[in-house]
Amino acid sequence: MPKITYITHDGEENTVEVPTGLSIMEGAIQNNVKGIDADCGGSMACATCHVYVSENWFSKLEKIHDAETDMLDMAYEPKKNSRLSCQIIVSNDLDGLIVTTPVKQT
Amino acid sequence: MITTDAIIIGAGPVGLFAVHQLGIKGLKSIVIDNLDKPGGQCIELYPDKPIYDIPAVPECTGEELTKNLLEQIKPFNTQFFYNERVDEVMQDKDNWIVKTNNNNEFTAPNIIIAGGVGSFEPRKLSLKEAEKFEGKSIFYAVKNKEAFKNKNISIFGGGDSALDWTLELSKFSKINLIHRRDEFRGAPHTLAEIKKLEKDGKISIKTPCQLESIEGDKDIASITIKFEDGKTEKIKTDTILSFFGLIMKLGPIAEWGLNMNKKTIEVNSENFQTNKKGIFAAGDICSYPGKLKLILSGFHEVALASVECFKRARPEEKYRFEFTTSSKTIQDRLGKK
Repeated sequence: MPKITYITHDGEENTVEVPTGLSIMEGAIQNNVKGIDADCGGSMACATCHVYVSENWFSKLEKIHDAETDMLDMAYEPKKNSRLSCQIIVSNDLDGLIVTTPVKQT
Repeated sequence: MITTDAIIIGAGPVGLFAVHQLGIKGLKSIVIDNLDKPGGQCIELYPDKPIYDIPAVPECTGEELTKNLLEQIKPFNTQFFYNERVDEVMQDKDNWIVKTNNNNEFTAPNIIIAGGVGSFEPRKLSLKEAEKFEGKSIFYAVKNKEAFKNKNISIFGGGDSALDWTLELSKFSKINLIHRRDEFRGAPHTLAEIKKLEKDGKISIKTPCQLESIEGDKDIASITIKFEDGKTEKIKTDTILSFFGLIMKLGPIAEWGLNMNKKTIEVNSENFQTNKKGIFAAGDICSYPGKLKLILSGFHEVALASVECFKRARPEEKYRFEFTTSSKTIQDRLGKK
């Protein structure tokens, strides 16, 4: 099962196994990972599952859709490597993916 | 103090359908919502997005769903209390008393919490110093545009609110429109107008950049923005308007003594009652084994909750299950002849 690492803004690391087909957001919620709220439940409507994807992984992800970029406008401190974790679906190719959660989410 | 059979907290789809399910059983209800209109997340988060899983409705938007639900509950003449948040819930023997932040008081044997993920609040600037200026020179909404005349205003955001207020306030104030990327999200004619204003030197657009700091003691003197390439710029500003949408906060619900599971309220799936008799939770805010956060699940939940509400509101009467197709009583309540 792919391993995903979630790092909080203050450096707390949490590596969990997430089944393929789930989103990075769902992997966080199911494992009680701090820093991802996902208030809207994954309908791309709230920007509270915002993560920063580590540089070397960002380009390997499927391309971001306009609606996700629009939603990221609402997120706290979006950066170039920002994504909504509800839109990243775990696959074997993403084994080892590292995401960092922002200082503030809600 | 207003007395009713059920107090519904939340005017989203589930709260609205609760009015219906109570209404056809002959129960009166009132609805309280922190927003200024009905619809909840359907209206606030995705009014134009199509929903495909409402039974027998192949496709409808959040706005259409809300409109149809309002139509469906029209016969019950329900009173709505908008822009109000329930702050306190107190027990009074077999009844509950609910107090809002507007000092309205309600009493009923039943409360149905259909509060989604909590009440909507503006997403605030993350800078610490923003707090002390809030309401004085930092605003998250424009209530009275007269207050924004002859100012140096910095507007943050890239969506409709930011663009619309830039257009409107540029008529009598100096505007800096600041956004984290070069593209704005808005209607084509709005974008064209914005471009024209910039070309004519009426407004100044700063992209791609974000707020770095706010300078000033009692009043804001200036702000510093940071561009993507790391460069910073100081901008003379006395007023900040920030439009980063709304977030949901659970708020006082957490303090009512209900059994909680993270941000949700635990209920039994027989009647969606919480650990407090007469307080029910339905829709996204409730949790029980197998819970799905779907609108259709919320409809089912309030249907079952309304039966228990009936038993509590009419203890001397026997509950009779009836179909809307054949019940004369229900048809009367719906105003059908």
